Amino acid sequence: MSTIERPMIRIAVEPSRTQPGDETETKIALRDLNVYYGTKRAVRDVNLDIPQNAVTAFIGPSGCGKTSILRCINRMNDLIPVARVEGQILMDGADLNGRDVVPADVRRRVGLVFQRPNPFPMTIYDNVAYGPRRQGTKNKQQLDEIVEDSLKRAALWDEIKDDFRRKSALALSGGQQQRVCIARALATQPDVLLMDEPASALDPVSTLRIEELIDDLRQRYTIVIVTHNMQQASRVSQRTAFFNMGDDRAGYLVEIGDTRTIFTNPRERLTEDYISGRFG
Amino acid sequence: MTSRIGRSLLADRIATIILWSIAVFVVGILGAIIIHFLLASVGTLSLDFLTSDPSRSEVGGVGPVLWNSFYILVLTMLITVPLGLVGGIYMAEYAGPGRLANIIRLSQELISSVPSIVVGLFGLAFFVVAFHWNFSALSGALALAVFNLPLMTRLSEQALRAVPSGERDASLALGATRWQTIRNVVLPLAIPGIVTGIVLTSGRIFGEAAALIFTAGLSTPSHYDFANLNLADPASPWSPFHSATTLSVYIWKLNSEGLGDFVRQIADSSSAILVIAVLVFNLGARGLGRVLQRRVSGASS
Repeated sequence: MSTIERPMIRIAVEPSRTQPGDETETKIALRDLNVYYGTKRAVRDVNLDIPQNAVTAFIGPSGCGKTSILRCINRMNDLIPVARVEGQILMDGADLNGRDVVPADVRRRVGLVFQRPNPFPMTIYDNVAYGPRRQGTKNKQQLDEIVEDSLKRAALWDEIKDDFRRKSALALSGGQQQRVCIARALATQPDVLLMDEPASALDPVSTLRIEELIDDLRQRYTIVIVTHNMQQASRVSQRTAFFNMGDDRAGYLVEIGDTRTIFTNPRERLTEDYISGRFG
Repeated sequence: MTSRIGRSLLADRIATIILWSIAVFVVGILGAIIIHFLLASVGTLSLDFLTSDPSRSEVGGVGPVLWNSFYILVLTMLITVPLGLVGGIYMAEYAGPGRLANIIRLSQELISSVPSIVVGLFGLAFFVVAFHWNFSALSGALALAVFNLPLMTRLSEQALRAVPSGERDASLALGATRWQTIRNVVLPLAIPGIVTGIVLTSGRIFGEAAALIFTAGLSTPSHYDFANLNLADPASPWSPFHSATTLSVYIWKLNSEGLGDFVRQIADSSSAILVIAVLVFNLGARGLGRVLQRRVSGASS
């Protein structure tokens, strides 16, 4: 099987830049990306381009390396002592793993929203101001502006504007907490927003709100969303990358393309089987 | 043939009875100790006994030794809490799984398991004799710090490790540095656990006798002059250099060499105070931990 997989990757990657309808600029490019945890390879030879101001969805069965790849893009894998990343991750053409790149700086420019809402046990205001404060913004008025602006962009402002300075973020509902986390990530003024199954812990109504929010945010940000929910991927994304786990238990890219194409007329049989629910 | 469910129920009932009996037995021991000393101290234990000098009357009082117990407790904590916290932060956040961390951890365990009388002898050779601090509150506090420091480090480390990784990762993902993350997110969340640890170890420090016999001294001045604020004067109760028999050392001393008609009553009353104080520390630790936990999690708006 593995002899068949390798050519698939090449076929999948190279045409992606010349595909019709793909006129937006590439924001992030993964080149021969391999991720190891100790001696185990978790991600194998991934090459793909993430376009600017669009939502790219990562789909695929559990264990196919989606989250591992996501965490490479903002250097969160550095925090796992046994993790090793090979290959290049280029953002605006510059290697994020370059010698003089500061991981904390990458993480500020590339926001990450986690699967489970994880606001700090502080007020909503302090949550959103957390990033800017750590970067040295002390001016009260400036912080006020950033917080208000971020909460508005995260579509939470109207619900909490009366008491966001006093109210603990933990007193909010799950969906609101997740929007605090999104506002908190936006407050550091990133270009890219990574979302790791941002709605999987939420109820359907909250999920819908998050999806609408993601659609709004794409005007200003480059978004990558990992999701298990196929409908979600088809609703919110313009590009979809389908990953699978190989016989060596390492994740690899099966194909990437326009979301509509992937869902209606995928190149690979495997993709079609996954999307139609035949495995995974 | 009894059904499988019937047998499971029987086994369940037997297990419940055994566990209950053990629990009742443990609580019974505690109750017996408290009741024994309270009954034994009837007639002796009074507010006057708590505050006055040993020489006041035939029964005397434990004012000065009680003062010394608290004095040494505070001094020990002033030494061990900051150091233990820094050590705990290092072990939890920076040390990682390497060989150095293993050596430190092994040392911690070894020091913790050294009998306290041996720590006392070490203190005698080191603080009392070599450093010329004599039998003093300072020598005693340092000896107590020797085995309290590893404990404090361990407790802080555990409290820091118990902080959920979600909050830690969130902070790092926002571009905060490791130290910023520790200071602003991890440490505040670990405070309830650390405070509980401090109060619990306080109970042990407060009751410790063996390590203090050779370091804090056995002599108690007949009267403490609290108006004497000269910290360098060994006669001042405020000075770290004053000879400082603690309550538990006093009990030991009364029982081993005490003369006079009321030795038994004094020792029993002192023991009652000690047991109650340690109980208060433990209950206080739980209450305080709960209050802080609620404040930190701040679920109410």
